[in-house]
Amino acid sequence: MKRVLIQDTNGKLKKETREFLVSLNSQLRDRGLSSEVQTLMAADIGVYNRGIALKVLPEGFTYVNLEQKHIPEIIEKTLLKGEQVAGIAREGSVGQMRIVLRNCGVIDPESLEDYIAHDGYQGLARALELGPEKVVEEMKKSGLRGRGGAGFPTWMKWNITRGVQGNEKYIICNGDEGDPGAYMDRSVLEGDPHSVIEGMMIGAIAIGATKGFFYIRAEYPLAVERIQKGIDICYSRGLLGKNILGSSFSFDIEIRLGAGAFVCGEETALIASVEGLRGYPRPRPPFPSVKGLWGNPTVINNVETLANVSYILCKGGEAFGKIGVEGSTGTKVFALTGKVRNSGLVEVPMGISLRDIVFEIGGGVLDNRAIKAIQTGGPSGGVIPEQFFDTPVGYESLQKLGSIMGSGGMIVLDENDCAVDISKFYLGFCVDESCGKCAPCRVGGTQMLAILKKISHGKAEEEDLARLSQIAQAMQKASLCGLGQTAPNPVLSTLKYFMSEYRAHVIDHKCPAGKCSSLVSYRITREKCTGCGMCARVCPADAISGSRQDKYTIDAVKCISCGQCFDVCKFTAVSRQ
Amino acid sequence: MIIETLSADVKSVVDRWKDRRGNLITILHDIQDRYGYVPREAALEVSRQMDAPLARIYEVLTFYNYFKLQPPGKFNISVCLGTACYLKGAPALIDEIRGILHVEEGQTTKDGFFHLQIVRCLGCCGLAPVITVGDKVYSAVKRSDVMDIIAEYSKDSVKNG
Repeated sequence: MKRVLIQDTNGKLKKETREFLVSLNSQLRDRGLSSEVQTLMAADIGVYNRGIALKVLPEGFTYVNLEQKHIPEIIEKTLLKGEQVAGIAREGSVGQMRIVLRNCGVIDPESLEDYIAHDGYQGLARALELGPEKVVEEMKKSGLRGRGGAGFPTWMKWNITRGVQGNEKYIICNGDEGDPGAYMDRSVLEGDPHSVIEGMMIGAIAIGATKGFFYIRAEYPLAVERIQKGIDICYSRGLLGKNILGSSFSFDIEIRLGAGAFVCGEETALIASVEGLRGYPRPRPPFPSVKGLWGNPTVINNVETLANVSYILCKGGEAFGKIGVEGSTGTKVFALTGKVRNSGLVEVPMGISLRDIVFEIGGGVLDNRAIKAIQTGGPSGGVIPEQFFDTPVGYESLQKLGSIMGSGGMIVLDENDCAVDISKFYLGFCVDESCGKCAPCRVGGTQMLAILKKISHGKAEEEDLARLSQIAQAMQKASLCGLGQTAPNPVLSTLKYFMSEYRAHVIDHKCPAGKCSSLVSYRITREKCTGCGMCARVCPADAISGSRQDKYTIDAVKCISCGQCFDVCKFTAVSRQ
Repeated sequence: MIIETLSADVKSVVDRWKDRRGNLITILHDIQDRYGYVPREAALEVSRQMDAPLARIYEVLTFYNYFKLQPPGKFNISVCLGTACYLKGAPALIDEIRGILHVEEGQTTKDGFFHLQIVRCLGCCGLAPVITVGDKVYSAVKRSDVMDIIAEYSKDSVKNG
């Protein structure tokens, strides 16, 4: 039995798609194939803006830009012989590639047997065989770089700690995923806990650690539970504890809960938190690799990094190094969210373009609005406007554009999002989360936020824009830790790419996107108003009055510019200025 | 608030973790799990039993957002203000809740039923904007849904009093 899934275009081509389906069905009937081929209208087959499109299962051929004249050939070649029809097949398709998420949704996360049946703990066995030096060598071949944000080569981090003398060494998994808008670490911890545990054990072999800590957000109770179950089962089967798998390697793991502090993503602050103290960062050097947890050499790796490690040791560093592009190998998981049609986690090989991620995989912008920019890297990252969407994704390429890879948040902004507002949001987050230890971050952030607030209220002067970038640069240079050094990034990158929007706020007292409520006003166009009164009913300020005959009007004095009347009017009678 | 078993409760928690290095945050987590917040009496008791100054306990409690020093309401409403939720209209939801319940962020209604809390990313950005009430997650919430969601619980609270 074959299945034909036809993309429900649900809009522009609705009629054409229906006619195509009717025609396909009748031709199948004529040839007596109705009982052998099932045709279905599918809400989403993952192809966008390519006219009428369909997918044939089980072969998985995808055909695009179809017309009725193509039907006989599809029946003849594909449905009867299982061959692909040239010319209409979808070309240059970009796919996801699952390495980090390889087992998520595939295995039972609480079953060790299931994980082992999917090549689990083979990397550990191999690492025990190879010994520390060769494990590091393998990692070097893979070219894996830290997935937490900065992109420091993992092998180098391990090698430094390996070389340091110490009775006791530690490895910590940073699962304190704090970037608002990113949740890949949670998915891996919940969906495939053993891959991270295995990765940590391999790291421990490489650096000679005897103890490991999982530092996980308390807001992720299921992740904590799954990792704890994973640890318990490993102890019961001899995968943790003394003489693992009959070797001389002994290793213990315990969990420490985070308690809601973004700054604890910073290595030295995280260490303080594991020690049970306030999460204050401290100056570096000494780096944690030399002097970390309780003064001992410590390696900190991100969840996604460790999930990659177990894969690399199992499949070989060389094979991994071939994925992606030079300098940025492997895959990256992005949390694609915001104004995108399909939001969710996507894992793609490095080197894919931003456009492919958002338009091919994500299906484009929600409600077919115009895209404004893509924000990557969360509060430490920046915005990337449309002219750079063909940039291949990699650590350096994104940095050149004034953003960063970060932990993998990718937020789509559309024409209704305001550059000033979004940078105010991110900066507000960093000001809230600043630990207050160093003045550049504590004072600089607050001052920048005050200026941004002035701008969004239309009360700023032109000099404020220069002040904003001055403070931003001072913060970047003088802050103690990564939080303060990167906090100005969203502001600087919006200033770089959307200066005209800032100027519109400052000089014309207008918010072009209509987001900054003090700068927009609403009025009702009499000719369009039907007198339905919907706006008056939702108005929280009682600013709208009128009747069916007289139509409705907004009292500008009472209006609080909340925009509810604008959202609710079905006749576009409410206009925003 | 008087908790008769407080001293024994704290003792069991402290005993459980006393051999672990750097255990203060873990102990406070356990106490909050038990009472829903960290009462001052419990903090005093921890200080006594661990032989640590009270300032050491409070420097940690006040640094981390997760620890609560006030008792929560019967129903805890958390509005996610992560980036995805923010862009998709979470601020309007907060406005709506404030208007209906007459509480600000971090406050509990006078009758003790609802506590409004704003959180940074619940890690389900695909469902934005998200509100949780207790353990229940409401996804893709619209401003007009808020009243219904609150009404669901108000009925409960009247029934069970």
